[in-house]
Amino acid sequence: MPRSADVVGESTGQTSLLIRRIIAYTVLVALVIISLFPFYLLIINATRGKVQSGIEWWFSDNLSNNFKNLFDSDARSRYGNIFASFGYSFLISALSCALSVYFSALTAYSIHVYDFKLKKAAHTFILLVMMVPTQASALGFYRLMKNFGLLDSVIPLIIPSIAAPAVYFFMKQYMESSLPLEIVEAARIDGCGEFRTFNSIVLPILKPAFAVQGIFTFVGAWNNYFMPRMILSSKKTIPLVLQAMKSEIAGNPQVADAGVMNLYMVLAILPVVVVYLILSKYIIRGIALGAVKG
Amino acid sequence: MAQLKKVLAGSFAVMMAATLMAGCGDSSSSTADTNSAAGDNTSKAADESKGGEAVAADNAESLDGLDSAKVVNIYCWNTEFKDRFEKYYWPNRDTALWDGVKYHFEVNTNEGNVYQTKLDEALSTQANDAMKIDIFLVEADYALKYVNGTAASDVKATIGLTDDDLKDQYKYTKDVMTDANGVLKGVSWQATPGLFLYNAVYARDVFGTDEPDKIQAELSDWTKFEAAAAKLKEKGIAIVSGFDDTYRCYSNNVSAPWVTDNKITIDPKLTEWVEQTKKFTDAGYNNKTGLWDDNWKAGQKIDGKTFGYFFSTWGIPFTLLPNTVNEEIKDDGSNAKVGNGGYGEWRACPGPQAYFWGGTWICGCATADNNDIVKDIMLKLTCNADIMASITEGEQDYTNNKTAIKKLIDGGYKNDFLGGQNHLALLTEAAEKIDLSNKLSAYDQGCNEKFQGAMKDYFLGNSTYDEALAKFKTDVKQVYSNLEV
Amino acid sequence: MKKKSISYAKWGYIFLIPFFVAYLIFAVVPLVQTFYFSVLDYKVDTGMAPDIFNPDANVINKGFCGLDNFKFALSSEGEFLRCLGNTAIIWLIGFIPQIVVSLILAVWFTDIRLKLKAQGFFKTVIYLPNVIMASAISLLFYTLCIRNGALDTLLNKGSDLAITEKVWGARGVVGFINFIMWYGNTTIMLMAAIMGIDTSLYESAQIDGASPTQTFWKITIPLIKPILAYVLITSMIGGLQMFDVPQFIGGNQAGPKGSLKTVVMIIQNGKDSAIGSVGAISVMIFIISAILGFLTLKVMSDNSGKPKKKKPARK
Repeated sequence: MPRSADVVGESTGQTSLLIRRIIAYTVLVALVIISLFPFYLLIINATRGKVQSGIEWWFSDNLSNNFKNLFDSDARSRYGNIFASFGYSFLISALSCALSVYFSALTAYSIHVYDFKLKKAAHTFILLVMMVPTQASALGFYRLMKNFGLLDSVIPLIIPSIAAPAVYFFMKQYMESSLPLEIVEAARIDGCGEFRTFNSIVLPILKPAFAVQGIFTFVGAWNNYFMPRMILSSKKTIPLVLQAMKSEIAGNPQVADAGVMNLYMVLAILPVVVVYLILSKYIIRGIALGAVKG
Repeated sequence: MAQLKKVLAGSFAVMMAATLMAGCGDSSSSTADTNSAAGDNTSKAADESKGGEAVAADNAESLDGLDSAKVVNIYCWNTEFKDRFEKYYWPNRDTALWDGVKYHFEVNTNEGNVYQTKLDEALSTQANDAMKIDIFLVEADYALKYVNGTAASDVKATIGLTDDDLKDQYKYTKDVMTDANGVLKGVSWQATPGLFLYNAVYARDVFGTDEPDKIQAELSDWTKFEAAAAKLKEKGIAIVSGFDDTYRCYSNNVSAPWVTDNKITIDPKLTEWVEQTKKFTDAGYNNKTGLWDDNWKAGQKIDGKTFGYFFSTWGIPFTLLPNTVNEEIKDDGSNAKVGNGGYGEWRACPGPQAYFWGGTWICGCATADNNDIVKDIMLKLTCNADIMASITEGEQDYTNNKTAIKKLIDGGYKNDFLGGQNHLALLTEAAEKIDLSNKLSAYDQGCNEKFQGAMKDYFLGNSTYDEALAKFKTDVKQVYSNLEV
Repeated sequence: MKKKSISYAKWGYIFLIPFFVAYLIFAVVPLVQTFYFSVLDYKVDTGMAPDIFNPDANVINKGFCGLDNFKFALSSEGEFLRCLGNTAIIWLIGFIPQIVVSLILAVWFTDIRLKLKAQGFFKTVIYLPNVIMASAISLLFYTLCIRNGALDTLLNKGSDLAITEKVWGARGVVGFINFIMWYGNTTIMLMAAIMGIDTSLYESAQIDGASPTQTFWKITIPLIKPILAYVLITSMIGGLQMFDVPQFIGGNQAGPKGSLKTVVMIIQNGKDSAIGSVGAISVMIFIISAILGFLTLKVMSDNSGKPKKKKPARK
């Protein structure tokens, strides 16, 4: 990467700077195209018909038909209820998002503000388990939920997000930079209870951190395929319906409909993309914040 | 900060709106009530006793809060049965039994054993579950698993069908579902003898005729079949579409099942399939497609460069017909005629080897709380000659009722899709030949799937035969860890 | 940060309760159970329907078996090493271009002389693929890359390309998807790291007559080393958990010659039947991630640059 090496650059001439700019913009535009290409193709495909072979570059006229087919009663019994899949996905994602940011903040607050014997141990423990993948305990988790009779319930997909070490870590970092202990002291002097202090004084300060981590956990849960596939059967989230649509190609070829499937994918990623675009400034700042603060 | 707040509030409003829009108001409450998340619009279901019209509306989409005795809960893997149920059973149902009762289909894909896993999970908690399963469907590949054991109830003693009710069904369909003690555990509305369906246009082009008898003469054994393949290849046509198309011809004629005494054996017939398919692939006699994928379907177009497909009875309505026409068949059938894609340009012949493919059986679940309705469904959908005849006429399905089929043949049955050919006669002949004794095991689904999958690497030249075989053994051992390979 | 706490300590404990209780129930207990399974000769006969009145009738549990499950998992039949190899290869195919492209972009974005315009737009767009469902992207690429799919039609007029049927083709597709999903994220993190470098270092380097290449290798790289290490390790942990993309591209056979079969897939495939050996594989995944996690912690605490964790490891 010789070109990239000119971090500050020496006093090369204007022409060489121009060339470097041209190269940089060309590469960036190419990457933009690569990144947007899947979206574009998805949208195109969502307007195409039932059997799609080859590639098309411009919209076809099947969109309304696909809409009709996606939401008619046949599609419901076939893939599981399409409406419900949005409902379940939203429910699971929203609740896990809310639980994980709230309780992670609470945990971080505890370790940030209070002095107690096990403080250090608790902090280290959480950091240690931060990297343990859910997959490592998935087998035990599955058998445990089976024993609890919680298979095909959304509870195993929501409640565990109370303990989200990575979100905790971010919150802790954020508090170190943005939550002066004086505020807590002042609240105490005003006679505010500890729990109330957290809820009504500390939480508002943490809002930017909530925004960043909120969208991350929401998106993570919204897109999750591994766990729901293990736990759910009749209540299908979006990725599970997608899987059902893919299997439909094998199991029920008469009705497999690529147009409907692509339309569904567009609808599935739309909410997340909209929120992302609205919040992108905060999100990108949040990633950067996570990267080099301190 | 205030700005961020607005943005946040706005974005969540968008999210909510998007979800609600998609939910069309059925998620009226987005509260913490986790179980009634969405889709509880069972309100439409009130219009019972309106005969055949209001069909889909009766579907209880969400089971939450419903009384188990008021729901017929059905486990299945696709909508084939549901379609039959709604079109042929519902108008003929015993309305008194169905008073205030809804039905619910629980669909999980067969692929990767998902259906069995989810069904097993549900069955293992049935004794304590509030919502009981009334019916579950099984396929030939794993019928035995549910025939043995207690999951399915006795069709005669518990559900109450009589030998007289069942007399018209093909014996093999009953044999499959009879356990070691002679107890019948399930019934089917279809028999699934196999045929070879071929493209008449290509037949005329290559063999100079599309007449089934003459084409059959060209294909009557595997040696001839291969010679025909070579002929077709000269014109750029593949005799079969992919690797798996001929699989059932071999796997149904094995000398022993996949698994005996917890040990997996690879039958010589399957090795023959591997050898032949490898030869076909290398010689270009197939288009290297995978069963059911888009290319495989594309080959069913009348100019799809594929000569024929091995299909059982359900293959026509389920696959070939919708794939070969250019314009979807309308409800009034006005475009079901020659000229619409391949309509009327396919023919059927028995092919090189008798076989069967698939088959779906209805089992009453041992814990069912609607046995009277289960009985009604079984009677109407698997024993009633009139309804069965109408299924065959309407769906081109070969129904499991000798009287119905005979009546149709005697009545001069003609299949327009097959250019007026009476393929029922061929099927009847084939159905009588089916003998499943000592061919099935409870592990067939996984074994077939993993074997075909592993061999694909060999056909494509990615692996040697031994490597592919080793992969099969590893894969199958993960799903059935108690078996010896 | 000296605190003059009076007796608030109990609140510290109280506020920790939800986290630790949830963690105990939903992570520690399953983990312990998984460890326990890993030393049992525990199988389930899935060819036997569950007996409604005795749901455990199809369980074959022969009790403690020492390290047999581990021996099996590590044997060629157990596939763990092969799948670990697959995982590593696919991960590398995605990670190498990811880190190279991200470094270049990060340097460009932070180059004060280059002064790239519309940075916000570019950053937003390159990060965008990260928020999409991996399953949706995978499904799209699947239909693009299968035999006679769009790519075949486009490049070769329907000839025998079928890249998902070739070992390296299929791996390449999965690696590429991983790349487009993650390079934006890495770029932004590296950028932040580079912006944290004191500009006077560059100025003095320039005065000493260092070439841009030298500046890059001698100043930028050493100073962002901690964050590079951090990116590397978290990406490895994420790679270890790879599941959605290869599953959708490779299907149930997980690709040609099983070349897309990752370690996590063994868990999904065998969780209903091969309880013991799946347990052993889970334990090994745990050990590997624990080592990687420990390294991350070390990297993070060793350096003044202090890279920080920003979100859960990728999937």
